Amino acid sequence: MKRVEFEAVIGLEVHAQLSTKSKIFCSCSAAFGAPPNENTCPVCTGMPGVLPVLNRKVVEFAIRTAIATSCTVQGKSVFARKNYFYPDLPKAYQISQYELPLALAGHIDIGIEGASKRIGITRIHMEEDAGKLVHEGEFAGAQASLADLNRCSVPLMEIVSEPDIRTPEEAGAYLRSLRDILVYLEVCDGNMEEGSFRCDANVSVRPKGRNEFGTKAELKNMNSFRNVEKAIEFEIRRQVELIEDGGKVVQETRLWDAAAGVTISMRGKEEAHDYRYFPDPDLLPLIVDDAWNEELRKTIPELPRDKVARFVKTYAIPRYDAEILASSRALADFFEASAAVYNANPKLTANECIHWKDEVAAGKLSPETIAHAVEDRETGAISATASKTLVELSIRTGKPIRQLRDEKGLTQVSDAGAIEDAVAKVLAANPKEAESYRNGKTGLLSFFVGQVMKETRGKANPKIVQEVIRKKLG
Amino acid sequence: MAITREEVLHVARLARLSLSEAEVGRLRDQLDDILDYIRQLEALDTRDVIPTSHAVEMGTPFRDDAVRPFGDKEAILSNAPDRIGDFFRVPRIIED
Amino acid sequence: MHEWSLLDAARKVRGKDISSRELTRALLDRIERANPKINAYITVLHEKAMKDALACDEASARGQATGPLHGVPVGLKDIFCTRGIRTTCGSRILHDFLPPYDATVAEKIAASGAVLLGKQNMDEFAMGSSTETSHFGPARNPWATDRIPGGSSGGTAAAVAAGLCFAGVGTDTGGSIRQPASVCGVVGIKPTYGRVSRYGMIAFASSLDQGGPVARSVPDAAAVLAVIAGHDRRDSTSVDLPVPDYVAATGKDARGLKIGLPREYFEGEGLDPEVKAAVGKALAALVAQGAEAVEISLPHTSFALSAYYIIAPAEASSNLARYDGVRYGYRAKDAGGLIEMMSKTRAEGFGAEVKRRIMIGTYALSAGYYEAYYGKAQKVRTLIRRDFESAFAKADVILTPTTPTPAFRLGEKTEDPLRMYLSDIFTIPCNLAGIPGISVPCGMSPEGLPIGAQLLGNHFREEILLTAAAAIERAIPLPRVAPVEGT
Repeated sequence: MKRVEFEAVIGLEVHAQLSTKSKIFCSCSAAFGAPPNENTCPVCTGMPGVLPVLNRKVVEFAIRTAIATSCTVQGKSVFARKNYFYPDLPKAYQISQYELPLALAGHIDIGIEGASKRIGITRIHMEEDAGKLVHEGEFAGAQASLADLNRCSVPLMEIVSEPDIRTPEEAGAYLRSLRDILVYLEVCDGNMEEGSFRCDANVSVRPKGRNEFGTKAELKNMNSFRNVEKAIEFEIRRQVELIEDGGKVVQETRLWDAAAGVTISMRGKEEAHDYRYFPDPDLLPLIVDDAWNEELRKTIPELPRDKVARFVKTYAIPRYDAEILASSRALADFFEASAAVYNANPKLTANECIHWKDEVAAGKLSPETIAHAVEDRETGAISATASKTLVELSIRTGKPIRQLRDEKGLTQVSDAGAIEDAVAKVLAANPKEAESYRNGKTGLLSFFVGQVMKETRGKANPKIVQEVIRKKLG
Repeated sequence: MAITREEVLHVARLARLSLSEAEVGRLRDQLDDILDYIRQLEALDTRDVIPTSHAVEMGTPFRDDAVRPFGDKEAILSNAPDRIGDFFRVPRIIED
Repeated sequence: MHEWSLLDAARKVRGKDISSRELTRALLDRIERANPKINAYITVLHEKAMKDALACDEASARGQATGPLHGVPVGLKDIFCTRGIRTTCGSRILHDFLPPYDATVAEKIAASGAVLLGKQNMDEFAMGSSTETSHFGPARNPWATDRIPGGSSGGTAAAVAAGLCFAGVGTDTGGSIRQPASVCGVVGIKPTYGRVSRYGMIAFASSLDQGGPVARSVPDAAAVLAVIAGHDRRDSTSVDLPVPDYVAATGKDARGLKIGLPREYFEGEGLDPEVKAAVGKALAALVAQGAEAVEISLPHTSFALSAYYIIAPAEASSNLARYDGVRYGYRAKDAGGLIEMMSKTRAEGFGAEVKRRIMIGTYALSAGYYEAYYGKAQKVRTLIRRDFESAFAKADVILTPTTPTPAFRLGEKTEDPLRMYLSDIFTIPCNLAGIPGISVPCGMSPEGLPIGAQLLGNHFREEILLTAAAAIERAIPLPRVAPVEGT
């Protein structure tokens, strides 16, 4: 296969909407979903004479992100104007950062096929979002567009990766890891479908072993992690086939068409932009001193990757389970709180937490409830089925699980003596089957267990039932 | 190093200014004069000089992250040359 | 009474010798007679001014005379946004714009108790030295109505000189307060960059613009400066420093002040000998009062104009990009698609000078040219700042002419933009360095045209400027109100 000769070189640009209450340069609400032009003021709508004032929290969020991704936070960074005309850009320039961004030279370690790979981060900077343009009436043939400026000046953080990514899977892993970090830091809600986490991809190919980069295409319009992976996969194939057919890859922007599963060239439709960047004279250089850096470093929580590693090591649970638990800080904390109450079977505790993760997220469960459920199962006080019932009841009534257990009489009978009576009864009632068992049909064990469970109305501890039956039948 | 007609048109397009033929010619001459005068700066050796982008040096001023709504959507919309409901209305981009 | 100084008028209102309504009525009547001749005002607030004056008088009657300028009628250059009051910036593109908010300067003037008479004429978007680029017609010099009143705050200076307000607030980016003040025979101050808030002051060149007072005497100008100066959280370039007692500074004497004389400002052929002589008299007046003349050099002066005519248009090209016909202002009719609408709107909404500067600025910032033009100009700016830093090690204030010649005739320089730009040669370096400057009348030409002397000071040393300027003013009394025929 000729394909083996090529390798893909992929870099990802993520725009994350920061979840501050107010916008980056004015005090309007940054909340999503308001009626058109509700969250506006003279500043974010670019009226004559207005001036920007920087939201300190935006800077904090960006610095914390930089620290969490091992970037070097620059002591001085500068806001610059990116000039272009569009109806969703009221000042006809976007305030961004250009030559001197907030942070440089970091990395994220991703897990790919059981191994760890380091993806570099070139830079992180802050900028303001633009508004939304919708087309009036029918899509094609509409004569006018309508501008909603609510989103203008909502704070964005742009994170640019080094072109270290080589496969669509690595791209997906990078995006998921980055998103998880941002959600952990509580700086972004990481929702690609809603647009609070956006990604563009730069894709090029080159013969394996070559150092120079091939010509890259920029892919846009991918609204989920899966779509990013599919778009990159398609684009790699397209470029390789193009080159193999003797063609040349053109540097251009291509839109991902999810329905058709192809990338489409924007060439000819877009203007070559000359953004005429220059430092914004209305904003002073941003100075971040060591003291501020240190203060913010202390607020960085244990990050997902480290938490997963620690869970695997400390609790001896499988990596897969650890990753699910770590996918939400709240769930991870819940798990640890529960394991602190009862730590004899962390794997079971983990399973329970994972099973009930939606209820945990909704705040309907306490760590004690799960801890007690696990403990009672371990000691044989309740069966697995009873455990599920009791947890559900506890969620519904809010009563503690042991109280409910006693009220409902769900305590399992684990006393061998009581069970022996039931077993004796069942064996006496089924002499033929007992004989078959003794003659080698050991599969009948489950039949007997079922009968004993029926006899005890489900209360017997099935493990002990098995033991007793085996003993009695020899 | 005269500025060409093409450059004038290119800059006019970047700046969204439509120019008549007469204006293009006139601007070409005037810009040429001005740029010629400005080029005297080339004579200055500024290799080791730091650019000044702000006249007065100070620490960065901040705002805190509190929402203070402007509270008058109508005022924001009422100056609009073309408005429909609470939207600003503009012509579509026509591909050329 | 239109000839009174601001401080006298304020005193008389406070002392109830005259009501705000009488004062305001007198000035509105005078504006009605004089404005057709000198076109100092774009918008006159006939009703609102009288309403405000009434409110002032009622407050006085209750013993609640509010601020230092209580009841005194003043004007604002039409570059300051005033809520609900048309603000045009001298341009067709904002000809019907009603701001939904007040500039900080407008708020402070209102809080001082002053009565706003109207919005004053100016060069379009503050780009000009003669107020001839105004969409609303040129303003005229009240001393000779065939002459320019200077620009871009020409309407403000003309209004003050013609007794059509007791003071005004203009803006200065390359000399636009000082030069009109000089050619109109009044006092104008460009404060230190960051001294006066730029919030609501329609931006021309953000790193150079400053608002400042225009008045008929140095103490008057000091009083207005005290009202408008101060930190503003809405302007990130505004400086948080206490406002000193500017009026008191005008009473101090000039003894012991070192007056720097930069040879580069006195050498050029363009400098009118009458102007040179008049500034010489101002120097003599200071020396007679105990000041000392010191020769200094500002070696990079000749490069300041070029640096300015890159930086200012570059920033302006970006600041004026928001005028695209989408959210406010003029929009061209019968345009096809979006790009055509924007291009036609701006072509029809802007005048020739504005378009010219947008073109220069866009070019200077465009790909491939940034380092050669804008980048270079910002470095030259550093050199100019250093010149002043060295100079202020030797001198307390620097004395220069404000303009090379007295007022030229209308139409004299409009065909040659470069010649027009050259008339800013003495005022521009000060904006590049961010230092404060004042123009004070120091003579009259044989034709009866005012001549001004400029004083420059170090950052936030406006008091020294006021002391020296007041000293000149006391030594060289000159008529401050121009007789406008038929008024």
